[in-house]
Amino acid sequence: MKKLFDWLDDRTGYRKITKEALYEPIPGGARWRYIWGSTLTFAIAVQFITGMFLWMAYSPSAQTAWESVYYIQHEMKGGWILRGIHHWTAQAMTILLVLHLMQVLIDGAYKAPRELNFWTGLILLQLVLGLSLTGYLLPWDQKGYWATKVATNLMGLVPWVGDDLQRLVVGGSDYGHHTLTRFFALHAGVLPMGIIALIGAHIYFFRKQGIHTKKPHKKKDGMFWPDQVLMDAVACLAVLITVLVFVRMFHGAHLSAPANPAESFPARPDWYFLFLFQFLKYFEGGREILGAIIIPGAVMTFMFVMPFLGGWKLGHRFNVFFIVVLLVGAGYLTWEAMDADKRNPEYQAALVQSDKDSHRVVELARGLGIPPEGAVTLLVNDPKTQGPKLFAQNCASCHRYDGHDGLGNEPADPQSAPDLLGVGSREWLTRFLNPEHIGTTNFFGNTAFKNGQMVKWVNRKLKNHFKNESEMTDDELDDREELNQVIFAISAEAQLHYQAEVDAADFPDADDRKDLIFDSACIDCHNYEDEYEPGETDGPDLTGYGSRQWLTELISNPANPKHYGENNDRMPAFGEKQMLTEPQIGVLVSWLRQEWYEPGR
Amino acid sequence: MTEKEPPEPTSGESPDDPQRRDFIKQAASVCVGGAVGAVPIAAGVAVYLDPLDKEATGSQRVKVTSLDGLPDDGRPRKFSIYADKKDAWTTFPKSPVGAVYIMRTGEKALKVLNVVCPHAGCFVDYIARDDEFFCPCHDSSFKKDGNIKSAHSPSPRPLDELKYEIDESGAVWVEFMNFLAGQKEKVPV
Repeated sequence: MKKLFDWLDDRTGYRKITKEALYEPIPGGARWRYIWGSTLTFAIAVQFITGMFLWMAYSPSAQTAWESVYYIQHEMKGGWILRGIHHWTAQAMTILLVLHLMQVLIDGAYKAPRELNFWTGLILLQLVLGLSLTGYLLPWDQKGYWATKVATNLMGLVPWVGDDLQRLVVGGSDYGHHTLTRFFALHAGVLPMGIIALIGAHIYFFRKQGIHTKKPHKKKDGMFWPDQVLMDAVACLAVLITVLVFVRMFHGAHLSAPANPAESFPARPDWYFLFLFQFLKYFEGGREILGAIIIPGAVMTFMFVMPFLGGWKLGHRFNVFFIVVLLVGAGYLTWEAMDADKRNPEYQAALVQSDKDSHRVVELARGLGIPPEGAVTLLVNDPKTQGPKLFAQNCASCHRYDGHDGLGNEPADPQSAPDLLGVGSREWLTRFLNPEHIGTTNFFGNTAFKNGQMVKWVNRKLKNHFKNESEMTDDELDDREELNQVIFAISAEAQLHYQAEVDAADFPDADDRKDLIFDSACIDCHNYEDEYEPGETDGPDLTGYGSRQWLTELISNPANPKHYGENNDRMPAFGEKQMLTEPQIGVLVSWLRQEWYEPGR
Repeated sequence: MTEKEPPEPTSGESPDDPQRRDFIKQAASVCVGGAVGAVPIAAGVAVYLDPLDKEATGSQRVKVTSLDGLPDDGRPRKFSIYADKKDAWTTFPKSPVGAVYIMRTGEKALKVLNVVCPHAGCFVDYIARDDEFFCPCHDSSFKKDGNIKSAHSPSPRPLDELKYEIDESGAVWVEFMNFLAGQKEKVPV
């Protein structure tokens, strides 16, 4: 064995290199305060390793980035752990960077002759921040997409070359495939290469000058190996355990819904850039360049000058004071940004919605599979997701859905049209025909039909049908049963999936069911199966009442003769006036009919 | 860099012995350092090995042609197979997944062969002149019934025959699947 090592040493000189690497003397012995550089190197190594493996499963394009990250996170064995380690180590790295910088400044390790060491460190700091910024976009989810969009838009503020710079970074005039390929090349190629080169230089300069020890030395001199190495290893273990705790707590890392340029998202950068985000708020339009570029640039420039000031005792104190003020200021701004968001109900609501979307899209991807056009279409075409949004935007100024605007909020305008939860269902029609309900705001209470024939008829003819059953005579009970049958027969016109079983059980014969409607008093005013000429009756046609086609036609144009004709109250012709597209109406109708994918349904 | 010196060799066996203390520290450093390095590597390797865990694609029943579309003289005709395909995260509806040769062997009897050569996975051609299937990659040759034609043929097994069904309307349905190349037995992929 020894011979083999001798042979190897003869050709490589590895013994000398190892000795030089390991037997670095540490005056005053190993100390915990020297661990930060090593933990940072460890964190970067973890990022290189996990990043390399993530690379094997990641696909940078607008139709595959989110999808491949989804696949890593939810479908590949252990994928969430790998992604989680990469994500949380990145967070840890930012903190370790600050701690390392603080320790170097407070201990005075940046002063001559260690200027180059300090400067390479400052550049490394920026490269690592560059990694964070580029990495944030790669999952191509709403969070990364919108936050990065703000960052690249700010790039446009750079004097003279801003527009061109932005176009180069984005890879075109708008976000797309080339934004991802470029960001990915920066994230996995250019920046890591720079980091490797600079870490090499950084460690070389560090070893060239020897460790800068903190005096007084309390212990006798020690060696890097194994004294300091053990401390460093234990510190790395602590970092790793912390990271793993977060990985477990968050089941990897959050992945919000796929990027959608048509769906707004409250853009916030990751927490370590929040101070800059908040800082920008202090600059009015036209002067953002101060907050985004000039002041941060000046701070960075000053930090490069620090080693020259550090030679004087007062200068060193000023440097430490400066960095403390900078960190306290950044901390305060971060807190201020978080606090403002916490107290902002719109932001909180948007977060809740975003969480819903991210959960839902995973459900859809698992259940329906991701189409080649990408996962964003899953949400765009999903009635459960889009229905409430469309309803809130277009219907909720008059209608309600279970008392709210579809999204769970109270609309500003008072209710002036029916509540549409379960529209067309047996329960809905039963409530509608109840004299206690029809005149309330949940039905015709605040509409032009408040004193119309329908309300009058219900009040006159059906007042005994909804009494307490114990107070009803046998005849009244029979009448009530008869009414129920008519209600059920009309409700079956809607062909609601959630009533399919009872509809089929109650009406095995379609003609018998239709006869129930034909024989009812409804046909005095409503058309059914072409019993009348179009427009001959006042009330809406009961053929297919509440069905997909019926609702689609109603929303497209409620004033058509089949529905309300001239009696139409205020409802706009959403389709004919092109207020909603055909697919949008389709989604809205599906949602009202509760037709959407549900796992296990 | 300041002057470096290797640690002074010391001797002795007492528990306070610096050499022994150093050894414990060294061992602990290697263990802890190894452990922290192993975690990200293990996480990565586990994900890399994920494909081993995924199920085989299996077969799909695909409508390919109708009886009328097949020559009466028993000449093979090649058909592309379009089926739903799941590629990692994407579900492709009706995409090309392979091809088959179909030929009549009787009035209502067919032979369906996967076009993939069982040797190394190239597509075989039907050479009408020699009435055989021939693989342009390594010269495997097969008789029209799919069996190996020449003793020099490098293919380990005959062409892969697939199950089929002719429904009442005369449509031909094929149970399409692929098999591992290079094996003597048909192993579905």
